[in-house]
Amino acid sequence: MNGVVILGAGHAGSQLAVSLRAEGYGGPVTLIDASDALPYHKPPLSKTFLMDPEARPQPLRAAQAYEAAGVMRLTGRVDAIDPAARTVTLAGRLLPYDDLVLATGARNRMLPDLAGAANVHCLRDLADAQRLRDALPGAQRVTVIGGGFIGLETAAALAGTGRSVTVLEAAPRVLARVAAPETSARVEATLAGLGVTLRTGWVGRGWRRESDRVTAIQGDGEEIACDLVLVGIGAEADTALARAAGIACNRGILTDAGLRTGAPHVWAIGDAAETPHWQLDGAAVRIESVQNATDQARHLARQLATGWTEPFRTVPWFWSDIGPLKLQIAGLAARADRRILRDEGARMAVFHLEGDRLVAVETLGSPADHMLARQMLEAGRTPPDGVLLEGPAAIKGWLAAA
Amino acid sequence: MPMITFVEPDGTLREVPALAGESLMAAATRANVAGIIGECGGSAMCATCHCYLVSGDLPAPGPLEAETIEFVAQNTRPESRLTCQITATEALEGLVLQVAPR
Ligand SMILES: Cc1cc2nc3c(=O)[nH]c(=O)nc-3n(C[C@H](O)[C@H](O)[C@H](O)COP(=O)(O)OP(=O)(O)OC[C@H]3O[C@@H](n4cnc5c(N)ncnc54)[C@H](O)[C@@H]3O)c2cc1C
Ligand code: FES
Repeated sequence: MNGVVILGAGHAGSQLAVSLRAEGYGGPVTLIDASDALPYHKPPLSKTFLMDPEARPQPLRAAQAYEAAGVMRLTGRVDAIDPAARTVTLAGRLLPYDDLVLATGARNRMLPDLAGAANVHCLRDLADAQRLRDALPGAQRVTVIGGGFIGLETAAALAGTGRSVTVLEAAPRVLARVAAPETSARVEATLAGLGVTLRTGWVGRGWRRESDRVTAIQGDGEEIACDLVLVGIGAEADTALARAAGIACNRGILTDAGLRTGAPHVWAIGDAAETPHWQLDGAAVRIESVQNATDQARHLARQLATGWTEPFRTVPWFWSDIGPLKLQIAGLAARADRRILRDEGARMAVFHLEGDRLVAVETLGSPADHMLARQMLEAGRTPPDGVLLEGPAAIKGWLAAA
Repeated sequence: MPMITFVEPDGTLREVPALAGESLMAAATRANVAGIIGECGGSAMCATCHCYLVSGDLPAPGPLEAETIEFVAQNTRPESRLTCQITATEALEGLVLQVAPR
């Protein structure tokens, strides 16, 4: 018996390894990662980790947890997989498997012109975060390219350390693709309050370089001088291994609702997978979140351990800490056609509806609304607009009244 | 390095060293305390670090911690805490926390 081989020991792979055993899987479990670090939490890397030079990576679980579950951890980059022979190639060595799980995550997009410059950074893993933190003492003026979650979280964290931070965003508002205009506005106001300079609608024209450093970003008729640049323009699934093995990929590695790829005994989970979604009538999406990674891992663990099979169906949820602001999102807003706003200042909720049906909720500083949103979406229930507008107590009461 | 005692779900007592500045959830996961998952990494989102304060003094929970306990945690009690929201200091030496059932 060759057991389950898991590629990638991030949030998804690490969870799968221990969940397999918890579900009663009896065969060997091998967890392979290119990095030899004890698998760690990624979210703090763009939040608390940068602000404190002493902060250490936060392990997802103790080393003993893998030992207790009989998980074999191997370090190295896997260069090829062969679904016909059921092997993976790790540092020139062939490793056989019964089932192979691709949990290889995503990699950052880079601006080709900037790649390789000594003061240009991106943020995906611990090595990136350490390199960025090490460079901070010599960097007073920081420019963040891209107003997405990671860029904004980092901007807020660095502004908190007294640096002068500028965010350049091509769209007319930050978080344009992932949040409602009201949410973007509140986030922009919070960043401005922290002293971050925001330039939306930014049209990039080029860069000024001095030897191996970028010293200024050029826009229409102006230049923004910088000591350090962080590129935060999103990530792409790492599909190279799967494609080379003939496995169908789109923006991610394509799976069915049971997380199977197009090749027998090969599965994909987490940021790498593009999976049919119940909220989108089965259209496939790739979701980058801790919840999606760990819930897909638990689902697959049960399938592999017990032979049980069910479509993967959870309410997606996500959080982002932008300085003092806690943004939480439940559900997928892609198909919403109207929204309801409840704005109480420190607390805000945006309810996205598709016709009469609630499909997603964004909350700022209101964990109660977030949790109720998850319950409503799970149950497929939508209260009248008036109840949503009234507040968490009213929603809670409406849900309990059945 | 304050020593914190966690009572695991099966009653086992675990004495765990916490590094100054880290959260008690981080100290507990590092020591593999049973029942402390810390799924959200300490963002007060998941309540998988929920414990009851058994003995010792702690500042009262902030609004975020209190609301997450009320709406997310199961089996809550007046002494419920999210250990990810508690930062280790020398003053916490001898604190006893019981891992809450889920
Ligand atoms: C800075 C940052 C902040 C974030 N903040 C949040 C947040 O606040 N909330 C939230 O919900 N989500 C957040 N996310 C997203 C979340 O971390 C990801 O969705 C999650 O990590 C996905 O888990 P995964 O296991 O699919 O991929 P990853 O955790 O990325 O793990 C993939 C692993 O595969 C390994 N690997 C890849 N290719 C190979 C190979 N060929 N051979 C061997 N190993 C390989 C990599 O080394 C990596 O360790 C954040 C992400 C980042 C980068
Ligand atoms: S670790 Fe998630 S709430 Fe404490």
